[in-house]
Amino acid sequence: MEDFSLAFAAAGSLLLSGDAELWHIIRLSLAVTLSATLVATLLGAPLGAILAIGRFPGRRVIVVVMNGFMGLPPVVVGLFVYLMLSRSGPLGELGLLFTPGAMVIAQSLLITPIIASLMRQVVEDAWSEYREQLVSLGATRWTSGFTLLWDTRYSLVTALLAGFGRAAAEVGAVMIVGGNIANYTRVMTTTIALETSKGDLPLALALGFVLVAIIIGINAVAFGIRNWAQRRFG
Amino acid sequence: MNGNGILPLALDGIRLDIGGHAILDGIDATFASGTRTVILGANGAGKSVLLRICHGLIKPTAGAVRWASGEIRPRAQAMVFQRPVVLRRSVLANIEYGLRLAGVGAIERRERAASALARVGLSAIGTRSARVLSGGEQQRVALARAWALRPSILFLDEPTASLDPGAARNVEAIVQAIHDAGTKIVMTTHNLALARRLADEILFLHDGRIVESAATGEFFTRPRTALARAFIEGDLS
Repeated sequence: MEDFSLAFAAAGSLLLSGDAELWHIIRLSLAVTLSATLVATLLGAPLGAILAIGRFPGRRVIVVVMNGFMGLPPVVVGLFVYLMLSRSGPLGELGLLFTPGAMVIAQSLLITPIIASLMRQVVEDAWSEYREQLVSLGATRWTSGFTLLWDTRYSLVTALLAGFGRAAAEVGAVMIVGGNIANYTRVMTTTIALETSKGDLPLALALGFVLVAIIIGINAVAFGIRNWAQRRFG
Repeated sequence: MNGNGILPLALDGIRLDIGGHAILDGIDATFASGTRTVILGANGAGKSVLLRICHGLIKPTAGAVRWASGEIRPRAQAMVFQRPVVLRRSVLANIEYGLRLAGVGAIERRERAASALARVGLSAIGTRSARVLSGGEQQRVALARAWALRPSILFLDEPTASLDPGAARNVEAIVQAIHDAGTKIVMTTHNLALARRLADEILFLHDGRIVESAATGEFFTRPRTALARAFIEGDLS
């Protein structure tokens, strides 16, 4: 128990001292996860809209697979991306393995199904409400898709948060494709795993605090934005 | 009005089956320009689906929807629904949205949207978000959006049924103004008083069939069928 409180105190002073390594890890984590969230949104939101209002063979199968992929194990995604990017893999020539770029790719793959599935549901609900009106006004399916995505933009925030939270919290994928290289690909989750196994609890705890604080902070901001938008724009 | 020449609209032996059940059957009717036609009937008579078939939202199982222009689905038509659907953007942007889909250029869009908004009495709230308005105001936005398109024919599906009396009166006055400006009106309702006030001619629908078709005065004073008489007297369940 004494170890524990000592670790807490050490964690606090680490954070306050502005330790360069610590802040590098935090910045890299945010950069990787925010990039992955951006990529996954650009891919997942249109994909969700297409699955919601498109009519093509195999649509249902893709919907079921996407829903299933919401629970993809990060280590499996990591392994897949590793195989793709390893020197003998199909994308090996890009030389991306063990770089932050590889970590962005892995996390994007991990959370694109989450954002796509959540947005499919949202857009599908909106479609059932708007469909007749949009058809009446002469909207094509493509136009309807863009209109519905724009109209559900505040729900997109929720989908985006789910994706961000998942990417920020995962260890397995970034560990495999990033390699946890100090000052280069080491992020909060991989550091916590490493330092805990080495017995350096203060750094692990400090990063744990920061990680949880960031996730709560971003959720709070998004919650505020959504509420404000709902009051203001309905 | 634009696109004159699409009327009259003729329905020829329309039948609609859903799940092996005939929702509409043997519907023959003609909608000529200049008049206000009310499709009258009890809930479940098939009024709304008939209107949707006219507007091209539902394909009939059998029969034909024939426009005088020979087009499958002419542009110069619009529809207002019982529950207005407004987009999550400003009131003006909602009206401009319809105009953009109709291929109207940006400058003309702005002018037509503003004047349509003025005609429904909502100029003061053009920049407000349409989704936070009351139901009555949203319905007026929907009417302005339809009117801005300058349709030759406007379909209205129970446009006042979910509104309070004051808002319903507003909507009625706007429908009257759209008619006065030269647009053919086809409206469904189960409301006898509304039909009396607004209709030139009545199509009385019961159980998916047209039971009676007559000028409004004649329909209410000398109904030819027992079903119509019962409906007028409120005895039709």
